Amino acid sequence: MELIIAETVKYILTALMILYSFQSFLVFRHKEEEETRAICRGQTVVMVLIQFLSFMVLYLEERDIQIIVYYLVSQTTILAVIIFYSIVYRNSSRLLVNNMCLLLTISFIMLTRLSYYRAIRQVLVAIASLIITSTIPYILMKFSDIRRYYYFFAIFGIVMFLLVLFFSVAVNGSKLNVNIFGVTFQPSEFVKLTFVISMAGFLAKSHKLKDVVITGLIALAHVMLLVLAKDLGSALIFFVVYIVLIYVATGRFNYVLAGSAAGLMAAIAGYKLFSHVRVRVAAFTDPFGTIDNAGYQIAQSLFAIGTGGFFGMGIGQGAPKKIPVVVSDFIFSAIAEEMGVIFAICIILVCLSCFIMFMNISIKFKDSFYKLVGVGIAVIYIFQVFLTIGGVTKFIPLTGVTLPLISYGGNSIMVTLIMFAIIQGLYVNRKKS
Amino acid sequence: MRFINIFKKESPAETERRRSNRSIAYVAAFFSVLFFVLIAYIVEYTYYEAPEDINNTYNPRQDIYAKRVVRGCIFSRDGDILAKTDTDDQGNEKREYPYGPLFAHVVGFSTHGKTGVESSANIRLLTSNKFVTERMVNILEGEKNKGDCVITTLDLDMQKAAYEALGSYRGAIVATDIKSGEILCMVSKPDFDPNYIADNWEAINSDPNSSVLLNRATQGLYPPGSTFKIVTMLEYLKEHGEEIDSYSFDCNGSFSYEDNKISCYHGISHGKVDITASFAKSCNSSFANISTSLTREDFRKTCEDLLFNEDLPLPFTYKKSYVPINKDSDTSELMQVSIGQGKTQITPIHMNMITCAIANEGTLMRPYVIDRIVNADGKQVKKFRVKEYGKLLDEKYCTILRELMTKVVEEGTASRLKDTVGYKAAGKTGSAEYSSNKVMSHAWFTGYAPLEDPQVAVTVIAEEAGSGGEIAVPMARKVFDAWAKEK
Repeated sequence: MELIIAETVKYILTALMILYSFQSFLVFRHKEEEETRAICRGQTVVMVLIQFLSFMVLYLEERDIQIIVYYLVSQTTILAVIIFYSIVYRNSSRLLVNNMCLLLTISFIMLTRLSYYRAIRQVLVAIASLIITSTIPYILMKFSDIRRYYYFFAIFGIVMFLLVLFFSVAVNGSKLNVNIFGVTFQPSEFVKLTFVISMAGFLAKSHKLKDVVITGLIALAHVMLLVLAKDLGSALIFFVVYIVLIYVATGRFNYVLAGSAAGLMAAIAGYKLFSHVRVRVAAFTDPFGTIDNAGYQIAQSLFAIGTGGFFGMGIGQGAPKKIPVVVSDFIFSAIAEEMGVIFAICIILVCLSCFIMFMNISIKFKDSFYKLVGVGIAVIYIFQVFLTIGGVTKFIPLTGVTLPLISYGGNSIMVTLIMFAIIQGLYVNRKKS
Repeated sequence: MRFINIFKKESPAETERRRSNRSIAYVAAFFSVLFFVLIAYIVEYTYYEAPEDINNTYNPRQDIYAKRVVRGCIFSRDGDILAKTDTDDQGNEKREYPYGPLFAHVVGFSTHGKTGVESSANIRLLTSNKFVTERMVNILEGEKNKGDCVITTLDLDMQKAAYEALGSYRGAIVATDIKSGEILCMVSKPDFDPNYIADNWEAINSDPNSSVLLNRATQGLYPPGSTFKIVTMLEYLKEHGEEIDSYSFDCNGSFSYEDNKISCYHGISHGKVDITASFAKSCNSSFANISTSLTREDFRKTCEDLLFNEDLPLPFTYKKSYVPINKDSDTSELMQVSIGQGKTQITPIHMNMITCAIANEGTLMRPYVIDRIVNADGKQVKKFRVKEYGKLLDEKYCTILRELMTKVVEEGTASRLKDTVGYKAAGKTGSAEYSSNKVMSHAWFTGYAPLEDPQVAVTVIAEEAGSGGEIAVPMARKVFDAWAKEK
């Protein structure tokens, strides 16, 4: 019986998700505020249905009352966020609020399926972050001169990375975390933000060759420290964001070419110097030939995606727990396995919709500081999505970064929510002014 | 508007903003394109590559499929059922193999671990490609769907002929279609009945010497003996091709060189032999003599071109063949290798592939067993295409080698293949010594038919059976006969 329900629901979920992602692009076509609002209200209904049906299946399979409690808490949280933004920040982007909530919803569903304990932690961190970040649009309105502290932010980032390098213990070969009073703190997540603000502050003031060189050195310091900590995924993100910001600030494509050339040489050097880079590349080129060691993770991920197929095995019907680190780096594969490749592709489209909205908002700013902050956040977000999804599907070598808002992890979720809130804040304030 | 713009000068800040926005638009476009490529890749992967990738023993999801789908059937090329699943009234499933031990290794079993086609097509057999609505109705009614079926390239009559020909000997027989690479029959002995594999598991595994489960055709490594003279001859043709007509050797039953001695089979003296007679009569002394004129590096290169010491293009488990020759090999090793003795080892399937390449102007087709997948109603789901692997040797050498192999039947050790009805065959025998006890040998034969436009290649090895000409050639003849009858 459970199999029949899971089987039926998976087709309905796929249809709902297609509808939602279609709506999330439809919004861009309508200029009228009223039409946009109507589409977004439709999205909210779809989102609630997705959450309800998924948790229904989860409950019928597990028959555990805790799942109903969890559903009620998470559903209330999502609805509260939507209502809060529509009342308190009337001018906020409804599309972004919806997309953010949908991605969180998918995270709650998949984590409940994979690990109930982690699902609880995730929803608690999300609630706390949502409460804290709800004040960001207001704070931005009051304190508009954070741009002046760009030197402070640059130094802050570098100091943080030095602390990680000296005081953290390597996990899976990479140094990422610092423990403070029992709370695991992952500085690279937060430094992404301070780095963007610092770069935007520099470049908004002036972007002559001298400034390009200074910001370049700061960026280089960040990237090198991340490489030393063996966090190559984050290093790549910082590098790409820097190139994009320079390009947007100066409009010179030559910087992109020079940066790409430098990046390519660094990649080759990295391949020659670090054995763990070579291992990753070997796993990428032949995961099934190296399945006993390096290729194991990616092969398991491909098994999950391939076995699920376009419509998935149905929630609770697959074997996603066989994938290593499935709750964080490989959650996309688990979603593809149980909810289907079509559903998973719709998630990609929703992420892309967020990115285009971020860029849209950035374009409309007159103030180049805000413009650069918007672009920086947009690129951090979308490039991270690209690295993780491209990695687990073997489109590119695996870099070990999380899928924003969906992967388990308090630091990641908090920083991503701050980013969304900053963009909302910029959007709200621009509309007001 | 445009009119006004000409006169109203744009402020520098505005120019810069427009430039920035253009950059932002480009960045947005770049990432959008990147993501559409990613999505296209994922769709392509899921549709084309995933069905192959997930059929891997490391994929732990195969049991999940079994809960939903009744394992499909395996058929011979003519539609004989080689494996099927019956469900009784209580819903218990039983996998049945109607021909018992006949296809034990090549079709394999799925009831106690998985082997053979049962393993390599596992996910296919557990996937239902019946019409979507029918599948949905079944799921809603709580019925299992019927899995897809595999149609193999195997020929029932040739399999039977090979199985009976090998008799009670240990060993293997394999026959392939030269033009396509289809495996027509594959027998390995000792065998077992896959219907009772679970019950007899302990008995089968308790005897460490028998290795009943091993598919000797693909995983059995044997010294090639005189069949390896095909390779030695190829190297001789490459290095001394212009001298073959003038070659002459006086065989007195053995050949000595730098303290190394090679003897002919059972010490027979072949007298004065030319190149054709050396090959047809399989004169060890003459080949040892030839070997002393060969360059070691080039010899190794030729062996590697024929896929010794290399991976074979096979879609199932196999062992790599081995030739020890390299630039530092001493004369003793070189002489041993030239007659297929010493540390040289080959699998029957590899010997068959080399024979196919020689008979097919040097081009090897990739051997395969699974021809196509159909759903439970017989509608085609996927057809596996014939794939060329590449050229193993030059055409001009094939012509000469084929002439030599023809003489082996007409005037040499494979005379028991003379007077065949409806076809003429060619090939090479071998009697490989496998231990210091020189009395017994493994009997080899590898060959093809017909002479003009070859269609089928047959390779036989019978362990501890005696000479290739006496034992292996009659076995191969039975398989050729079965093939000719169907032609």
